[in-house]
Amino acid sequence: MKPLLGYGGLLAISLLLPLLAPAYQSQLAFLWVMVVLALTWDLLGGQMGYNSFGNIVFFGVGMYACAIVQRDAGLAYFPGLFIGMACGAAIAVAAAALLGAGILGLRGHYFAIATLGLGVAAGELASGWEFVGAGGGMVPPLFPGAVGGRERFFYYLCFAIAAITFPVLRWLYRGRFGLALNAIRDDEDKAEAMGLHTTRYKATAWCISALFLGLAGGAVGNLTGFIDPREVAFAGSTYGVWMVLMAILGGKGTLWGPVLGAVIFHLTKELFWTYLLGWQRVALGLLIVVIVIFFPLGILGWARQKWPERFGQRVEAA
Amino acid sequence: MTPILEVRGVRKSFGGVVANREVTLSVPEGKIHGLIGPNGSGKTTLFGCIAGSHPIDHGSIRFQGREISALRTAQIARLGLLRTFQQTRTYVKMTCLQNMLISIPAAALGWGGLFRKSTPADERKAEELLEFVGLFPKRHLRAGDLSFGQQKLLEFAMALMSEPRMLLLDEPTAGINPTLIEGLLDRLRRVNRERGVTLLVIEHNMRAIMGLAEYIYCLAHGELLAEGKPEEIRSDQRVIDAYLGAQ
Repeated sequence: MKPLLGYGGLLAISLLLPLLAPAYQSQLAFLWVMVVLALTWDLLGGQMGYNSFGNIVFFGVGMYACAIVQRDAGLAYFPGLFIGMACGAAIAVAAAALLGAGILGLRGHYFAIATLGLGVAAGELASGWEFVGAGGGMVPPLFPGAVGGRERFFYYLCFAIAAITFPVLRWLYRGRFGLALNAIRDDEDKAEAMGLHTTRYKATAWCISALFLGLAGGAVGNLTGFIDPREVAFAGSTYGVWMVLMAILGGKGTLWGPVLGAVIFHLTKELFWTYLLGWQRVALGLLIVVIVIFFPLGILGWARQKWPERFGQRVEAA
Repeated sequence: MTPILEVRGVRKSFGGVVANREVTLSVPEGKIHGLIGPNGSGKTTLFGCIAGSHPIDHGSIRFQGREISALRTAQIARLGLLRTFQQTRTYVKMTCLQNMLISIPAAALGWGGLFRKSTPADERKAEELLEFVGLFPKRHLRAGDLSFGQQKLLEFAMALMSEPRMLLLDEPTAGINPTLIEGLLDRLRRVNRERGVTLLVIEHNMRAIMGLAEYIYCLAHGELLAEGKPEEIRSDQRVIDAYLGAQ
């Protein structure tokens, strides 16, 4: 009963937010995008122990694929957008399956470095490809509704993506899938020695991550209104790094950690941009250093270490 | 008696070092056999060869009549041939119960099994086995918070959870409190007798292995030095020399 009340309250607040703070609708829309980025990063980085710096690829692929469908399919705005997002998600999943077959066999730092290369390569490819506008980028079609309606629409769209991502991951983590990812994180050789289908789990996890990233990418391309290959789509140095930080800040390998981390990080970032203009990147850099030094386990990781019983770790009298 | 495991002429070398030289041994179904030998004699390497951790140079390894020397570790495990590790490997950040639940037999699970929920029957079985090794009160603790000996017991329980036909145990009594060793050996015998699990056990504790195994193989410098019943091995001059380092 209690958790149901909590979720209901959260849902109500989320639905009312744009009415309460109409001036901040697009920042709030980005808040949900951040939540999706952190959650999907944590699926691999936190739960499975595979630190991917290349997840941004699926975000960018979804963004471009959606914009191409919108440009070339000759559909009206909304059908074009939704079909575009679906295509973006499908292509992102295909990309994850293809790339995963190649590099999910790598372990630890080698995997991290390989994925780092992916993000950079994708940005370079996109900025040299005429079909997607090359370095000039792409401009998705204009939103047909009234002024201000655009922000509200994308707020609810981004919220919907986050509101689907979270329960799907929650359901996955509660079953054998979650246990298997954790087992791979803790000792992949042992998991293999126990007969687990490790390759199957790893590939599926990356595809699920890519699915939601592809969806989010399609929405974000339209929300920003301009797709730059390096600054928006394959923005490894901003979104690509932030998704890692948000998950770490909140507590990687936990369900709520990435959500909490995304909210705190996004609010802090917006405040820095508002009040420390000119120094915002320095302040953000300092914040990142502070996070890594003082919260290596993240907020929820720290809480679990301090109150293990609250998280169900207890000894029972025999 | 048909052998469940047949190792024939297996050779494994790492660069110039030959860790296993034409090793031949067999374990009949339902028996407990021991594998002894001084440090560095190639016992753990042989386990690795059998369990598919590294490819062998040549030779044949058959499990239940099927050649397995070209299979990968996970495939061999799904056939019901499981190994435990000398250094003890558990999923340290997961609770004991979670460690058990993820260890249900993976062979029967298809693609749908990827997203399967643990059933109450799984949980009951996990709790029974934790009870069996004496870890039931600690089932909600992280495996990494257990002592080395307790992790060893957990690893043993995990192996049982996956309903193996045969277990390769690498030094099951090492690191276990001496007063608990008798209890552990008793559990190994019960698993063998009641569940019909065939055991091949590496052990340095001579008293333990002599009392447990009915047949013992002794390796030295990667070669099979002697084999026989415990009393024959005990009095074999070559074995004594190998352990004491006689010329």
